[in-house]
Amino acid sequence: MSTLLSFRDVWVEYGDRIIIEKLNLDIEEGSFVSIVGPSGAGKSSFLRLILGQEGPSQGAILMDGVPLRPECGPDRGVVFQRYSVFPHLTALRNTILGMECEKAPVLGRLFGSARRAAEEEAVEMLTAVGLGHSLDLYPAQMSGGMQQRLAIAQALVKRPRILLLDEPFGALDPGIRADMHKLIRSLWRERALTIVMVTHDIREAFTLGTRVLALDKRRHDPHAPHRFGATVVYDLPMRERPEEEIDQPDIITIDVNSNN
Amino acid sequence: MRWVNRQVGRGGRVLLGAVPILLLVLVYIVMAANRHAVNPADKILPLPGAMAESMSALLFVPDQLTGQLVFWADTLASLQRLGIGLGISTLMALAVGLALGVLPPVRATLGPLVTGIAVIPPIALLPILFIALGLGETAKVALIVIGIAPVMIRDIAAHVGALPREQTIKALTLGANSWQVMIRVALPQAMPRLLHAMRLALGPAWVFLISAEAIASDVGLGYRIFLVRRYLSMDVILPYVAWIALLAILMDLALTFLSRRLFPWAHGESH
Repeated sequence: MSTLLSFRDVWVEYGDRIIIEKLNLDIEEGSFVSIVGPSGAGKSSFLRLILGQEGPSQGAILMDGVPLRPECGPDRGVVFQRYSVFPHLTALRNTILGMECEKAPVLGRLFGSARRAAEEEAVEMLTAVGLGHSLDLYPAQMSGGMQQRLAIAQALVKRPRILLLDEPFGALDPGIRADMHKLIRSLWRERALTIVMVTHDIREAFTLGTRVLALDKRRHDPHAPHRFGATVVYDLPMRERPEEEIDQPDIITIDVNSNN
Repeated sequence: MRWVNRQVGRGGRVLLGAVPILLLVLVYIVMAANRHAVNPADKILPLPGAMAESMSALLFVPDQLTGQLVFWADTLASLQRLGIGLGISTLMALAVGLALGVLPPVRATLGPLVTGIAVIPPIALLPILFIALGLGETAKVALIVIGIAPVMIRDIAAHVGALPREQTIKALTLGANSWQVMIRVALPQAMPRLLHAMRLALGPAWVFLISAEAIASDVGLGYRIFLVRRYLSMDVILPYVAWIALLAILMDLALTFLSRRLFPWAHGESH
């Protein structure tokens, strides 16, 4: 597998506060990387770096060997915990927005056959995430899970080189979350995506990821808590697992395999 | 049952809402009748009959000098000034407010200026407007615009600025440029707020309209009120004030209806 994204001695500092220090990391194409770590350990900063929302204070981030521009662009898709979809657009129009932006720089809208082609592609993507019957619903009419499905479809329609998930399932209830795990795992497999996911849920991190990175501070000065920044303290490759193992419900049953 | 839990039904609301208004009318009629019992020629609190009589002259009898039906000419002139002033302010709020809210360099450049203009009492600028623009329609419309546009601009800019940062980032990752973020993300979400800002601006707009008309005009609702004041014609002033109130309420309802109709997604339960 080739390296998609590499961090070369990356530091993030805000004035005296050091958030991330001396981060060296390669992310392979096609991997599903889970990021875990305590609050304040730079998980969000790490995501913002990849997203291009901010640049490193020192060091370089390379994507396909080219330095990453510190500005968000269509090569990196993102799904946030909330506010990932536009409340004033229906599911279908939320999804074609990405195509409209690319092909209609002035009006931001497509018409006629170009629009029909875009809608066709969007419907296909929405069907793939299980929203084939909710094309004309506004986000406010959808459940939290449906909104996240929509956000994923919206991002994937741009075919990003890398998909960033920022605690995407944190606000969902456990049943819906298990469905979403299956969905994201199958999308990742079928479409050969590269995914970086930040999560608070350790179990989620280990069951979904092919690689789990734990961010934390290696050194800590109790008198100057911001003196040292976080870096990758654990880098755990996961073994390949059969799909059906993902998200087995946590039910304590004795009879499922009839072997007590 | 505690008062915070007492829900009032539709019929009950109409009834309860009418009570204070009817009570006020009743108090007025009693006081007017008392005054007329003492002095049948009293002009301060005219009886409804006298109001109807003098209003019918303004409504149906053409003015001898101009040949116009005075009441309707006044209404048309005032609504025209109000409409143009509100229209210009709304367009300014949309264009400037949007740019101010979305583009940080524009905010840094124009923000202090808009704030500065917004804190000047507009009536203090009225002499300048009259000197610079003459006593015609332009000065009156300009007063309305100067009075309400800065507040509307700041409102729209603040609303757009408060849209979740995630939305802008999401749009950028979908390949949008600054212009597309403005017209596809910020503009549609600013529209319901714009109608709301128009509703709030209507009150001040009427104040500035009446002020401008009172000082220099030859037709208009405010002009008429201040003209007949010289003759203590309460029988004209009161119906005119009631008419202004009615117009204001109708505009408010129309804007609310329009917002619910055009932007159902912004009104939660209604779509």
